[in-house]
Amino acid sequence: MSFTELLSEKKPAILKKWFDSILDTYPSETADFLKKQKDRFANPVGSTIYGGMDSLLNSLLSNDDADTISKYLDDIVRIRAVQDFTPSQSLAFIFRLKDAVREETADESNARDFSDELTAFDLKVDALALTAFDIYMKCREKIYDIKANELRNMTIKLVERANLIFEARYRDIDLKDLVMEGNKSERGE
Amino acid sequence: MAKFTAKPKDLIHIDFKNPRTGWMDTPVDIREHMYCHPTKAKDLETVGFPNIHEWRPADENWNLPEDWKETVLNGIKERLQKYRSFHVFMDICVRCGACADKCHFYLGTGDPKNMPVLRAELLRSVYRKYFTASGKILGKTAGARELTEDVLKEIWYYYYQCTECRRCSVFCPYGIDQAEITMIGRELTNLVGLQLGWIGGPVANCYMKGNHLGLEPHTIKSNIEMMLDDIETITGIRINPTFNRKGAEILFVTPSGDLFAMPGIYTAMGYLMLFHELGLDYTWSTYASEGGNFGFFSSNEMAKRLNSKIYAEAKRLGVKWVLGGECGHMWRVLHQYMDTWNGPADFLEVPKSPITGTVFDNAKSAKMTHISEFTADLIKHGKLKLDKSRNDHLKVTFHDSCNTSRGMGMLDEPRYIIKNVCNHFYEMPENTIREKTFCCGSGTGLNASENMELRMRGGLPRANAVKYVHEQHGVNMLANVCAIDRATLSASMDYWVPGVGVAGVSELVGNALVMKGEKERTADLRGETLPGKEGAE
Repeated sequence: MSFTELLSEKKPAILKKWFDSILDTYPSETADFLKKQKDRFANPVGSTIYGGMDSLLNSLLSNDDADTISKYLDDIVRIRAVQDFTPSQSLAFIFRLKDAVREETADESNARDFSDELTAFDLKVDALALTAFDIYMKCREKIYDIKANELRNMTIKLVERANLIFEARYRDIDLKDLVMEGNKSERGE
Repeated sequence: MAKFTAKPKDLIHIDFKNPRTGWMDTPVDIREHMYCHPTKAKDLETVGFPNIHEWRPADENWNLPEDWKETVLNGIKERLQKYRSFHVFMDICVRCGACADKCHFYLGTGDPKNMPVLRAELLRSVYRKYFTASGKILGKTAGARELTEDVLKEIWYYYYQCTECRRCSVFCPYGIDQAEITMIGRELTNLVGLQLGWIGGPVANCYMKGNHLGLEPHTIKSNIEMMLDDIETITGIRINPTFNRKGAEILFVTPSGDLFAMPGIYTAMGYLMLFHELGLDYTWSTYASEGGNFGFFSSNEMAKRLNSKIYAEAKRLGVKWVLGGECGHMWRVLHQYMDTWNGPADFLEVPKSPITGTVFDNAKSAKMTHISEFTADLIKHGKLKLDKSRNDHLKVTFHDSCNTSRGMGMLDEPRYIIKNVCNHFYEMPENTIREKTFCCGSGTGLNASENMELRMRGGLPRANAVKYVHEQHGVNMLANVCAIDRATLSASMDYWVPGVGVAGVSELVGNALVMKGEKERTADLRGETLPGKEGAE
């Protein structure tokens, strides 16, 4: 059995372990809820994270392209980026996949040397972490964009009106003349 | 520089297990981006709020007045006597947990103190300690605890992480209204000067100028004139509405966000076009220039004071009845409080549509009708010529605002309108709409910028359902009948579901409305070119 076949076979157990490891980062009452409520609309955080992890594992096993992987990763990271975590806490779950894979494939790894395959898999997880870091930063930048845009949306009509008044008043006047006029008045001429 | 010695396992070790102490003994951890800044002293002075002082949520010392504890306890006592509902809600909860996972803030934050039952318990524990025999004698065993500064801080922190949306109440077998508990909790914080800037500012503005934004009469008029210019560009029709006109049949009152903020102004353009097309005998008021009521997020008394201008202006102008624009909490106030606060409005008539003759008996006492009820009635009677295809570039879903759905029971009128002005309408999943609608996550004065993380977390359950219809049906427009929704869902969509815009229902009406004498429309109310009309100009 190849390593990929082994991972496919063990996927449900790996997914469970990986999901449990991210649940550990939430308070225990919440972790229970996130795990048990299966309705995706009643439990957006739990179902999005579980669905995202499931899809990510499938993608890693079938060597999907970076865009597909990014999309699944985005679903999870977007949530973690606004929750009560430091940046490292937000993304630490990715490295837990290494533990989950090692623990679930330990018996087979003892029987046969999968160290090369495990190293290759670790590299994939590392790449995943770097991609997640990009997504995390985009999410955080988005938050600040939104703050700026809200302010803009609140005031844009004021600014437009101010511009209209300015244009109406000074439409036929050359800006240079206006500046010179200002300078004169400053000098008291 | 310190030597970097952490082992890989340490790097990913996160100690986020439940605290060893019980929730009662775990002091609140006040986190940045989860709360709003305090209000300015001058705003509290304007409306005569007590115990004005400088303080910052992140500081250890909140500079509370010396007698803060007595003030809060007296405040609870007074309210227990005044509001029977509050007394019942303090006693009746059996902690079944039906509400626990229904709160958008709990779903988004995962913080157990955001479970409605526990949020209420923060105050209930204090109630038990000072107002029940079992609590006085048994203390903690009976779920009672001392009121300390930490407890007050905790109440403040979590009662401003509740949008009074009442979703939890829908699921409570006893019908406990968490919104009312939050309202009282907030009143208590106001007694000791702990008001938010985003609430205190609008309240002071509204008290002095008539609206939350502090727009003065000439500004209101010129803002509307800018909209009229845009309408003329789009339709070729010049509209001339009246302001403060005595003797008009109808007074129109809408949230001031519609006069100013994006995308609210497009909704206001929709109102203007509709009323012009009907030849409605109505007037705007620059005095009753705010339908919303941030006083409602401060105290019952403040809400009453701010609300009084609507009837006063209706009386001054001598109108027959009042028509109200698209807003959420405005309608909870108008529907459930205005009549008993500032009524009876016996100088007004029961609202009657001058176009269809329909009498709005549901507003028999309050004398104020919602624009969606008014418009749906017009459509039902075939009084509007509508070209749905002008909204063909939009795939629309409808977000029920908490207050119009759970607060006044208006569920079908906006949907009826949308289906008559749009060809593409898709509902979100059943457990996220109508009475079970999820809050936008930023209501009750929490729509500030500094608490954006809280807003995003609270907005996730709603956005998650929008994302579903966006992916399934290509939905690109989230319609609603609330000014706060229009402002805050825009931010929420931007983060969670990029590609989905936000619009008031009346904007969609304005797009579809075929007006007498209009030129061929090539753009929608946002000035965006209509499909198939590219190059027409």
